[in-house]
Amino acid sequence: MVNFILNDKDISTDVFEGTCILDFLRHNQRLVGTKTGCQEGDCGACLILVGEWKGHLISYQSANSCLLSLGQVNGKHVITIEGLNQTDLTPIQQALLTEGATQCGYCTPGIVLAITGLFFNSSHFDSAQQLAAVDGNLCRCTGYQAIKRALIRVCQQLLSTASSLNHSKIERIAWLVEKQIVPAYFLQIPQRLQKYQLPAKPITTEMASVGTFIAGGTDLWTQPIDTSQPLIYLSPDKSLKGIHIEKNRCYIGAATTVEEIKNSPIIQAFFPKMTAYFKLIAATPIRHQATIGGNIVHASPIGDLTILFLVLETTLHLNSGHTQRTLALKDFFTGYRQVNKQPHEWVESLSFSLPSKHVLVNFEKVSKRTHLDVASINSAIQIHVEKDLIQQLHLSAGGVAPIPLYLAQTVNYLSGKKVTAATIRQAVTVAQTEITPLSDVRGSAEYKRLLLRQLIYAHFITLFPEQITLEALLP
Amino acid sequence: MISSDAYLHVRGESQFIDDATLPEGTLYAAVLASPVAHGQITQLNLAPAQELEGVYAVLTAAHIPAQNQIGNLILDEPLLAVDEVHYCGQPIAMVVAQQADLAHQAVQAIAIQFAEQPAIIDARQAYRLGQLLLPPRTFSLGHIEKAWPQCDVVVEGTVESGGQEHIYLETQGAFAYPTENKGLKIIAATQSPSLVQRIVARVLGLPMHQIEVEVLRLGGGFGGKEEQATIWATLVALATFHLQKPVKLILSRHEDMRMTGKRHPYSSDFKIGLTHTGQILAYEVTFYQNAGASADLSPAILERTLFHATNSYFIPHIKATAISCRTHLPPNTAFRGFGAPQAVLVIEAAIAKAAEKLGVTAAVIQQKNLLKEGDRFPYGMTVTGNQSRRCWETAIQQYEVDKLAAQIKKFNAEHAFYKKGFAFIPICFGISFTSAFLNQASALVHVYVDGSVSISTSAVEMGQGVNSKIRQIASQIFSINTNRIKLNTTNTSRIANMSPTAASCSADLNGQATKQACLIILARLEKVARKKLQLRQVDEDEITIKNEMVCVNGKATNLTWSKLIPLAYFNRVSLSAQSHYATPHLYFNKTQEQGHPFAYYVFGTAITEATVDCLRGTYQIDTVKIVQDCGNSLNPLIDRGQVEGGIVQGIGWMTIEELIYTEQGRLLTDRLSTYKIPDIYFAPHEISVHFLENANNPEGLLHSKAVGEPPLIYGISAYFAIWQAMKAFRPDLQFTCSAPLTPEKVLLALYPNSY
Repeated sequence: MVNFILNDKDISTDVFEGTCILDFLRHNQRLVGTKTGCQEGDCGACLILVGEWKGHLISYQSANSCLLSLGQVNGKHVITIEGLNQTDLTPIQQALLTEGATQCGYCTPGIVLAITGLFFNSSHFDSAQQLAAVDGNLCRCTGYQAIKRALIRVCQQLLSTASSLNHSKIERIAWLVEKQIVPAYFLQIPQRLQKYQLPAKPITTEMASVGTFIAGGTDLWTQPIDTSQPLIYLSPDKSLKGIHIEKNRCYIGAATTVEEIKNSPIIQAFFPKMTAYFKLIAATPIRHQATIGGNIVHASPIGDLTILFLVLETTLHLNSGHTQRTLALKDFFTGYRQVNKQPHEWVESLSFSLPSKHVLVNFEKVSKRTHLDVASINSAIQIHVEKDLIQQLHLSAGGVAPIPLYLAQTVNYLSGKKVTAATIRQAVTVAQTEITPLSDVRGSAEYKRLLLRQLIYAHFITLFPEQITLEALLP
Repeated sequence: MISSDAYLHVRGESQFIDDATLPEGTLYAAVLASPVAHGQITQLNLAPAQELEGVYAVLTAAHIPAQNQIGNLILDEPLLAVDEVHYCGQPIAMVVAQQADLAHQAVQAIAIQFAEQPAIIDARQAYRLGQLLLPPRTFSLGHIEKAWPQCDVVVEGTVESGGQEHIYLETQGAFAYPTENKGLKIIAATQSPSLVQRIVARVLGLPMHQIEVEVLRLGGGFGGKEEQATIWATLVALATFHLQKPVKLILSRHEDMRMTGKRHPYSSDFKIGLTHTGQILAYEVTFYQNAGASADLSPAILERTLFHATNSYFIPHIKATAISCRTHLPPNTAFRGFGAPQAVLVIEAAIAKAAEKLGVTAAVIQQKNLLKEGDRFPYGMTVTGNQSRRCWETAIQQYEVDKLAAQIKKFNAEHAFYKKGFAFIPICFGISFTSAFLNQASALVHVYVDGSVSISTSAVEMGQGVNSKIRQIASQIFSINTNRIKLNTTNTSRIANMSPTAASCSADLNGQATKQACLIILARLEKVARKKLQLRQVDEDEITIKNEMVCVNGKATNLTWSKLIPLAYFNRVSLSAQSHYATPHLYFNKTQEQGHPFAYYVFGTAITEATVDCLRGTYQIDTVKIVQDCGNSLNPLIDRGQVEGGIVQGIGWMTIEELIYTEQGRLLTDRLSTYKIPDIYFAPHEISVHFLENANNPEGLLHSKAVGEPPLIYGISAYFAIWQAMKAFRPDLQFTCSAPLTPEKVLLALYPNSY
């Protein structure tokens, strides 16, 4: 039985918990304002907002309803376009209408939801954050310009009157209601939602031995799943979430979402450019759902987070209910989509030593489309240079081997060397010997070899702009 | 004025095919599509599907009561494959079941085997093997052979342009239910309701009057639902006909991308000759069109390629040949621009290459050769109402091009590997269906006794705002509030023999028909008003309606629209009118390849600026600045949206939208995770649209001009802007043209033969 609030309605359903929300909305509830576009989280036509009770307030986030199952919204508040409609248009709907930001209309409900989500969570946002709210929504008609104009219009209109936006999230709901961004029933949702909160059941060995683990599900739900096995949700388990520092190590719960990592003050403090890197990883609604643990266990040879964490000397902490073990991330991958993990084991967390301030990190990713696309090649570096010599180095690359690759030989070659153009050129030659890229939809093998070279160059040009120029690197 | 649909769209209350409330007992269909591109079906065992509980029928070509033929221009396309398959994704059978999931599961259960044969996926290979749809066609002007010796510079080259998937956000689908006496009602997502009606009648062996096709709206079309919506509507009609039950079929994105045709890939050879000052004297071009497995609209698209071979330029000596080649891809089809963008890319590439040789910028050659009033096209039509030079010059002034060039130069000097480039593109797009007979439309206007108005036309609303424009026309003619006017569904029982909503001219044609129908009613209302106001019937007093008030010589009376309409009704005056409009003066002689195919031309100029990261091979389109000739725009909000949307679609075609096939003809980029269309970040940071002033168009509806397709062509300038930026990094780069210019191609061009 799955219980949640859908717009202003209490839902208690025995529909299979693995059913995707999109189908449940359209077929079981006949709420057809949520559209089916691609069924793999790429277009945002099915975008909804999901509110989660966080102990003292509700946090709302956008999500692709095609990549979310009923079981994942248990105890939550799901908002569709029908749940936003009031007698008059909301300011967001009005702005889209005024600017001509809707043509065929198919993507429009998703965009209304995405923009509404923006006002739920932020007190202050700049134009980049405005744009990020709709970065998971494709529109084939407008060329996006009118959508941008509508965003600017509604933000100007609402935020000019919004000194009140400095208040808490509970007060913000009152503000949203006052501005008619959401209907009045939202005021009661916090109280109503509290009744749905049940203590999360800890994962047991027994469950793990027969079930299918689900973290964010953003990859899992793109394929049909085995409905005969019970589903084990990792995300509600609070022990699997969050980022903290302990004895100079940073621990990240495996069910922490990509967006949570991106916004973590701890991460931002130690890796100031992380926000920019994360902008290249998926789109906002996917980042709201996808988890670090899922990205790693999924074992895509091109997983962005995996590539990044490989150079942080990350350790994985696995659990099977009665035994725990740790493992270096770089030893986790044993073959294409194969990992050193028993079926009943789950990744609890990962940890890495906090880098000293002399350590430099860079992440590079090139894909056909810069955003919301799978990389052709991605690569990360962690480097510590002292007294002109490379004291410590880690280098990884995705899309060049069956597994997310730690470039061990290249690292070995560079360690102890001076950072010079000649050394880097030679390092690239070494790197070429340890990669085995294939030609596929992400690019030809020839391109991938060239691109890896360029991205290794990019690491050094970015981190050592005084010493290394492209001109010097090129023959 | 705001689109009547827009209000519903922002509330998620507008209905698309998949949203309609279904009759009780509706069944769901799924299609078995060929997994191979070319081969014989050696075994087809339907039994495992038929045996599943809840499966109502598994239909194949054997179940077709009349003709297994859905071809339009050429009768070469079966509804369901028989014995052999000619493209990957070709429908072979259809399962009808209680639930959609079950239908898909049953499709998987069908056992099928093939004797696979080699697939042709390349147009030139098909040409070498003699696989032509029709004999080649040639348009010519002057004496090309005599012209070459007069040229100071002659350059030759090859241009490749890839296909493009439409990615209408609403996938293809249809739904049908039986009406009495073996009739059918089909709710289709088609740009061409009458085509669906005609093909269903042909396949089922029924008279057309037994088939009613209705279209509410499309979630995007872009040409992809002109011919290619027919097959799905016909399949559900076939199932409904057999089972006498409602049947619905919606393709998943993956199915849609695998099964439907796309913009035609072209491979072209060009030779261009110029004087040393950049005057183009001669241009010879051969287009090899990759038509796919059957004709679809390929011959008509090929024809438009020829019409637009010289884009916006006058060239005295021309020979343009176009060849439609049959391959084993899904039948390629209409896509915004309809063959013109492919032609424009070639002439622009020829100019770019000539500019490289002459050591000038392409803009010098472009500007010098722009059309002048009275210039003649190879197909015999001369340019009147020419705005090409005004658009160009306005763009240069409006957008301070000298300043832009200086800024770019400075930027490039200051950056080691980020480089900027910019490029111009002028456009000249002929408006009308090039098949003259299609340039007709009808409107049916009812004024109800409460004063509300219902309009039916042959136009299909798919986001382009045609309904808003027509509503605007009726509101202007009657001088009543738009809220009184509703645009009805597009329905074959209300409007017969419709042309497709295509060729950018649906607002023109249907707007004209609506205007005429409204004028008929208005004339009747005037008589009623004269009588009521006791004016003589033949009188100097002028009667008008202004803001819902009947006015005599401009002075308002107390007779309002709300009073006038029931008055007319009680006086037994008809409040309905049907009108038909046919664009005058259109003809084309295909034997001589001469005629007057267009009502008028749309002109414009765009300047596109791009930044390339020459370290990583990635790029960003910074700005597109446009001067657009919309005539006297009917609705600037809609027209601006069409311009912006068209450009971004065109940029996508030139840059990141890449269709990759295996050698066996299977599409690899068959999902949105692998086929990338522009997102909000990839779209230009800024698009400026300036409507050309004082550009009345006597040939257009209330002096307006069409807007749907022409702006897509601006996207082509993205290719050249990126190339200019690349050249700033590597001045020795020799121009080549192979679109899309993906980041992969950029990087490989910047660092050739590295690995």
